[in-house]
Amino acid sequence: MRPWDSDPILLVDHLSMRFGGLVAVNDVSFRVGRGDVTAVIGPNGAGKTTVFNCITGFYKPSAGRLALLKDGPASASEVDAVTASDAAWGRTPAGAVYLLERLPDHKVSSAARVARTFQNIRLFTGMTVLENLLVAQHRALTVAGLVNPVALLNLPSWRAHEKTAVDRALYWLEKTGLVARADDPAGDLPYGDQRRLEIARAMCTEPVLLCLDEPAAGLNPRESAALNHLLMEIRTGHATSILLIEHDMSVVMEISDHVIVLEYGSKIADGTPEEVRNDPRVIASYLGVDEEAVADVAADVNVDLSAEADL
Amino acid sequence: MSEATVGTAAAGVASDTVATSRPAVLGPALKDAVASGIITFLLLLPLVGFRATESGSGPLTLTYRFGLVAVFAAIVVVGRLLLHLTLWRPGRGVKGKAEARPRGALAEAAGAWSGRMIIPAFFLGAIAYPIVSVVLSGGLSPARYWVDLGIYILTYVMLGWGLNIVVGLAGLLDLGYVAFYAVGAYTFALLSTSVPLTDFFAGTLGQDFWPLWSFWVCLPVSGLLAALWGVILGFPVLRLRGDYLAIVTLAFGEIIRLVLINWVSLTNGGVGISSIPAISFFGVPFNADDGGFASLFGVTYDSMHRMIFLYFVILGLAGLTALVTVRLRKMPVGRAWEALREDEIACRSLGINTTLTKLTAFATGALFGGFAGAFFAVRVRFVSPESFTFMESAVILAIVVLGGMGSQIGVAMAAILLIGGMEMLRNLTFLKNEWLFGPDFDPTLYRMLIFGLAMVLVMIWRPRGLISNRLPSIFLKEKKAVSGALVKEGHG
Repeated sequence: MRPWDSDPILLVDHLSMRFGGLVAVNDVSFRVGRGDVTAVIGPNGAGKTTVFNCITGFYKPSAGRLALLKDGPASASEVDAVTASDAAWGRTPAGAVYLLERLPDHKVSSAARVARTFQNIRLFTGMTVLENLLVAQHRALTVAGLVNPVALLNLPSWRAHEKTAVDRALYWLEKTGLVARADDPAGDLPYGDQRRLEIARAMCTEPVLLCLDEPAAGLNPRESAALNHLLMEIRTGHATSILLIEHDMSVVMEISDHVIVLEYGSKIADGTPEEVRNDPRVIASYLGVDEEAVADVAADVNVDLSAEADL
Repeated sequence: MSEATVGTAAAGVASDTVATSRPAVLGPALKDAVASGIITFLLLLPLVGFRATESGSGPLTLTYRFGLVAVFAAIVVVGRLLLHLTLWRPGRGVKGKAEARPRGALAEAAGAWSGRMIIPAFFLGAIAYPIVSVVLSGGLSPARYWVDLGIYILTYVMLGWGLNIVVGLAGLLDLGYVAFYAVGAYTFALLSTSVPLTDFFAGTLGQDFWPLWSFWVCLPVSGLLAALWGVILGFPVLRLRGDYLAIVTLAFGEIIRLVLINWVSLTNGGVGISSIPAISFFGVPFNADDGGFASLFGVTYDSMHRMIFLYFVILGLAGLTALVTVRLRKMPVGRAWEALREDEIACRSLGINTTLTKLTAFATGALFGGFAGAFFAVRVRFVSPESFTFMESAVILAIVVLGGMGSQIGVAMAAILLIGGMEMLRNLTFLKNEWLFGPDFDPTLYRMLIFGLAMVLVMIWRPRGLISNRLPSIFLKEKKAVSGALVKEGHG
């Protein structure tokens, strides 16, 4: 039993996504461990972002189940019971099970508490850094309704409520080193700061699962190291599990507990960074070797293919 | 970075050439100006110089207007000469840019100061306006035109602020805003003239109750009904974005108007609804009777009392719109509107229900449109579908765009400029001078042309509206305006 199988936060079962005749994701199953940093890697066009878009509700998968076990573990039978019902979610003794493929996209964030960032940064460029972080706390600030009379009249109770939101924003600004830029428009920040701000904004939604789509893309080695530090802080200091897509192997190998490799929409490897690093199919897919030559590569790197098969 | 260096290098070269060729500026400028003048004269000679007019008995007679052609040619000569010596002067751009920097900083400081003062100044000015116009025109009755104009402008300020919520904040292009104005106006008109309602209140609260109080009772009802229609419109159009949204909202505006024309049994069709009760001073009628406003306050009766009261009612309604919008902008829903304008996908990833957020924007905008509609009906005391054409929507949208989308003070300035300016263009009597267009020239016919030209010029000068900067809704240490270049316009 691998650690991520014993207490997973996200179960991806037989996920398939077809766009017309194109199969972008083909029967992919994996587990994301609670409290882990899980990396999804693979060559361009492998279907990583499609998997992400399915998890975060931007795509409705063609087939498959995406179960988020919020707050605590759930047994397979409990998850199946929710799946058998028509509901998008159900309570379990330890927490709640959310079937992400049944939730509308905004509910994936507000109810199931899955936050995400984007490959091409999507900040509110015309709003200030602080405003970006307050928009992210929309759910927490609108528990009493979208047009709350208490807020409309700016009563003291509302101001206290808003103060906690600003404090949370400040906390994440400090974590990301952006306090000095709080009143600047987000569009004026340098690229690396924008990447960190997007993570801070996602964390302001208080997610249980944070999905990062290539957070290190375009960062220099120093910024990339700072990102590693930030992600490790999120992992240790908060009840947030991290799922990330990344091409930068220094990030992947350093901070991941668990790596999943996709190629042409299928999973080709799943294991610890060490195992994946030595997997011949991974090496073949990254170095571009023909499929017939995989066995030769395996022999070269001294790995037994049959032993890997039941991984 | 590299562009800037190239720019300075080029600037250096340019200023060198200017230094050597300075004496040559006037000669070419004169030559060009005279040549342009001659071309203008020749071009306008057949177009303007000869004029065939029908004489009283029937046959056409030819009149000559060479003086006018010469005036035009002279305008071109002087204009081009001035442009050559100022704006088009070679090398001027470089010097201008160098000088612009300190001036920019000064303007910024002045801007920051005026930014703080402009809103109180606007409201103080608006409160003082009727008093000033009464004093300046020397009496209550002579001030009628000016107070009426003030009411007219403030109605559009309020409509602009209402539409600003939908277009400026939420970034949803709405071309059918007049529909909500119409819903508000007809709600009040129908309820206040309704016979069963009048009879019911006559039986329970007294004969005078409904004619006197109907506006104050119907005002919230009109707003809420308009908001309801905003939601009804919102549902089907939420999937649409950009141009498609604009087309559907345009169609909605037309549908409302056509329903008002054709549902004769309810709306009295194209004839409209007349004899709407006049506004009362919270139950006190404006008349010369004993229980009237004049006798209650011990002043001599004047029909202008009602007019001035109407002015303050619309000022109050517009102020309410502004206040609510300012508060909403600082609330989660307002920030969600602006975030929606910036990036809808990011909004959804943050758990914002975009459907609900768009609906609240539509409903809030429609609410204020409905209030304004009820006010319109009580001011004019007559409503007909003709008052709610697409032209009205276009003017309100033009106010929002011209003012700078999202900026309240910009929208107010644009409304004053547009509505007030268009009214002022009626007074272009000097054009009737014999040397210009002659006494049979009607300048009011050209006011839309001049108005359109002014709009084009303003949009060249300020492509993102009069006030393009966005003020943040919250700040930590320092309130910095966000440059308009970073703010997105939304795509529906």
